[in-house]
Order: sequence, then C-alpha cells, then structure tokens
Amino acid sequence: MSLDASAVAHIAHLARLGIDESAVPDYARNLSEIIDFVEQLSGVDTGDVEPLAHPLEMGQRLRPDEVSETDQRERFQAIAPATEAGLYLVPRVIE
Amino acid sequence: MHEYSITELAAGLERGDFTSRELTGHYLERIRRHDGTLNSFISVTEEAALARAEAADARRARGEAGPLTGVPIAHKDIFCTDGVRTSCGSRMLDNFIAPYDAHVVERLDEAGAVMLGKTNMDEFAMGSSNETSFYGPVSNPWDTAAVPGGSSGGSAAAVAARLTPAATGTDTGGSIRQPASMCGISGLKPTYGRVSRYGMVAFASSLDQGGPMARSAEDLAVLLGAMAGFDHRDSTSVQREVPDYRATLGDDIRGLRIGLPAEYFGEGLDAGVRAAIDEAVAALRAEGAEITEVSLPNTHLAVPVYYVIAPAEASSNLSRFDGVRFGYRCEDPRGLEDLYTRSRGEGFGDEVKRRIMVGTYALSAGYYDAYYLKAQQVRRMIRDDFTRAFEDVDVILGPVAPTPAFDIGEKADDPVQMYLSDIYTLAVNLAGLPGLSVPAGFANGRPVGMQLIGNYFDEARLLNVGHRFQQATDWHTRAPGDFA
Repeated sequence: MSLDASAVAHIAHLARLGIDESAVPDYARNLSEIIDFVEQLSGVDTGDVEPLAHPLEMGQRLRPDEVSETDQRERFQAIAPATEAGLYLVPRVIE
Repeated sequence: MHEYSITELAAGLERGDFTSRELTGHYLERIRRHDGTLNSFISVTEEAALARAEAADARRARGEAGPLTGVPIAHKDIFCTDGVRTSCGSRMLDNFIAPYDAHVVERLDEAGAVMLGKTNMDEFAMGSSNETSFYGPVSNPWDTAAVPGGSSGGSAAAVAARLTPAATGTDTGGSIRQPASMCGISGLKPTYGRVSRYGMVAFASSLDQGGPMARSAEDLAVLLGAMAGFDHRDSTSVQREVPDYRATLGDDIRGLRIGLPAEYFGEGLDAGVRAAIDEAVAALRAEGAEITEVSLPNTHLAVPVYYVIAPAEASSNLSRFDGVRFGYRCEDPRGLEDLYTRSRGEGFGDEVKRRIMVGTYALSAGYYDAYYLKAQQVRRMIRDDFTRAFEDVDVILGPVAPTPAFDIGEKADDPVQMYLSDIYTLAVNLAGLPGLSVPAGFANGRPVGMQLIGNYFDEARLLNVGHRFQQATDWHTRAPGDFA
C-alpha cells in the first residue's frame, strides 16, 4: 500500500502540520516506505495476545485530592508568544 | 585533569589537589577550544557554571560534600533547566527558557554536580545520527566525518572528547546506548520507571527513559545513584529503593550466566563489530562467566513495532506545540487554524513531521486496529521473549549496533535504513528493560560498543559486569587522538 499526495495532505491536515506543496512528493515517498515497512506486522499471527501498553503493566497511583501546586501563572506566561490580562492571545475565532 | 574518572575527580577535590572552580574552568576552556569542531553543545552556561563551582567548593569546605560535589556535568538539551534555554534540538523550542528544572537536573544539582551547559541532540530525540538537530549535526570525535550516533549524540561526543566527565541522556529506542557505542564511551538506559521523566520533553512516553553517560561503568554507578529514585510528579515513576550501585561493582562474576541471542549475530552484522564482540565475550568467559545461546525469536519485529508505537505516542505528545502557550509562533497568523498549521509546519523539522504523520496515520479512524493495536500485541510477544530468556540466563549480551558510526549524510535521505541501525536496541525499550553499552574495541578505526541487557531493575548487575569487563580490558580508557 502506498500513500499518494492527497493522503499526505489529509494526514498533514489531521496533524495540523503545514507542508510546502513542493515537499509533498518527498513526504509521500518516505511515508509510503515507512508504512510499507511496518506493514510486515500484518503477517504476524498474534492470535488473542493481549496488547501491551506499558512495559511494567502497573496501575495508576492515587493521591489525596489536595492543593499541591502554587499559582505560577506569571512565570509561565512570561514565555508565551502573546498574553494579555492573564490570558493567552490567539487570532480572533468569533466575529 | 580531564583524564580523571568521577571517583578520581571527587578524591582530587577532597584532597585539595584542585578546586571545582579550577576544574570547571579547565573544562570550559576545553569546550571553547574544541567544540567549534564538534558542535556537541547547544548552550554553554559559563557564568552559572563558575558560580556553581564556587558554591560547590564552599560546600566542600563546610564538610558537606557528596560523591558529585564540584564535578562538572552536561545535560542533554531535552531536560528542562530553570532559566536556561531548553531547545530539544528544535526551532520549535529555540526561544523556550524552561520555567522549572527536570527531576534529574534537580537530583544532580542536589548532589553538587556543576552544569557546564546543554548538549546537542536529534530534534525531539528523533534520530540515530544527530543530523536532525536544528543546530546542525555533531561530529564524532574519533573521525569528524562520522556521525556520533543519536539521539544523545552531543552528550556522547562531549564525553568522548573529554569536554565533560559526564552527561545525561535519554533513550527511547537506543538513544543513550547507540551514541555511547559509536563514540567509545559507556552509557546506561535504566529500567523504565527507574529515573523520573518529570521535566524531560516527552517523545514516546511508554518508552522514554533518562540515564547517565560517562567513560566507565564505575562512573555510571555514581551518576545513576544520584539520578534514580521515586518522583510523585511522574505517574510511571517506580517506588522502589535505589541500591548502592558502587557497592557491588567489583563482585565476582564466576558462574554468571550470559546469554547470546542468535538473532543479534545474524545477517547485517558488520564483521569487524562481530569480531570485537566475540573478543569481549572471550574476556568475560575468562572472568568465569558461563556463556550460552538464547533465542529472542521476535527480534526482527522490533523495528516495525517501534515505528508504529513511538510515532503514535509522539504524534499525541507533540500536539502540545501549538504556538499558543510557549515555543515558536508563526508571523501574522490569519486565523487559529493558520496559527496551528504554520507554527507547527515552520517549527518542526522534516523527521519530526514525518513521525508525527506516521503516528497520526496509525491512530486514525479505520487504521487503529491494523497498526497500533497490532503493534501492541507484538510488543507483548517481544517482551515475553525476554521473560523466557531470563529464566535461563542472568544477562543478555550482544552488539549495540550492527555497524560502527557511519558517515555524516550517508543515511540522511533514507529513513528506513536509518531506523534499522537501532535493530538491537529498540526491543529493550519495548520491554522496558535496562541496557548498558560499554566500549569493546574498534572496527575500521571507529568504536564498537557491547550491549548488556538485564532483567527489570537489575542495573547493579549490569554495572558489575561492565566494571569487571573494564577491569580486564582498557577500551574505555582510549581517547580520540585529536582531543587528548
């Protein structure tokens, strides 16, 4: 199976990645090679093997629901591209 | 001074042979002199380093020194360092001044280590050659036409060239062990969960693990002792006592059962690498180890499994880089969609974009079962191979990589060929096991590393075997001629 230019454009859109038009053929070729390469997994008889998501298969720890972090908004917003009055600014989305 | 081990440096500082201020100044001078050739550092924090060195000297004068007090170290630029740029080798984070320290950085600070700077790396740790860095490729100190390996290529090159006695690295599919092997140094990827991932920029969260890089197993033991331990801020951090890794370094290895997986010595293995590993096996046999063959029958599936799971996790992790809260933002966005799309398109390099797209594809509607779920099933089969092998042996031994370092540019245009250079290291991450790389000779004048794989939380045994090997051989003491 191989990915064509429109499939690459679709995936790039899903991932919100801007790709130069001129670079699409290269991506299509590289991604197709990678997908073809991992395709060999489809031939493996996995029967009813349980999927392994985490190497140690541990459960999640719980902690008491208490305040543990202090407010550091000013510190964190100091490295943001654009803020105002404690808010992150993005282009207008509602006219 | 730059030929001393960490233990020797600590002893020298304690005796007053030199101060940390002098030692740190010496390493900073070496970085100035040599790093123009290597490009192993992204940032050198000279002023802060000298201030910290003075503080370490004061701490020692008060009689409060630990094993790392005043010893210089470099951090891979994937670890957040409060007030210092943490770029992760990417244009996306070129302007990112971390507002907090990673747990590993905190721990090493508390132990008194002195940070010299931040080392170069493949962008977001995605690479096996350090060629995907936004800050340019790193050269291998043994041959500047060769790659240093990756993704912790800057750390490996800096340690090999004696620009720092120690460095941190991270290993998602071999990124500590493979560059350690290619640069002729020692590197340890601990058991998943042994070292906290807090403040370590995430690539593939079920595989990522931080660890130490240095010249000897003995140095790694000191470093791991400082880095390891429980951290409530990492949900997969393991609550388990940290042993004294130094205490067992010299233990006898007579009767130790070492397994050689047939699958790690087959087609594709360079003859020179094979010869070096054979010789290393003979050295361990002479130490009294019992050598047997084991089988890891699903080894050939590790690369395809990894290249589904790692990109899938990466595509999710890297969705946080959106040009809104921190990092790169494109000029004059025409709307929110344009802001996301162009910030990410311009901020990420090609390999990162490729992996995000592979992961997005593997997780997309209609393909999830065929790729992601299937890969997780095979992941268990790979893990079970190791579980079975460890019923019969204590340690598994093989090469780290099928070839010594390749030339810069040689594989840059062929992602699948590049991925295959991690064929012996990826399975260890998929299983979550610890793996050690130690220098074991040369092939075509470039270093070769031997890999020792241990059972879960068996780092002490790996370091013990590595140390005994380094007592019997001197590969780890060799320095690249131009940087002696």
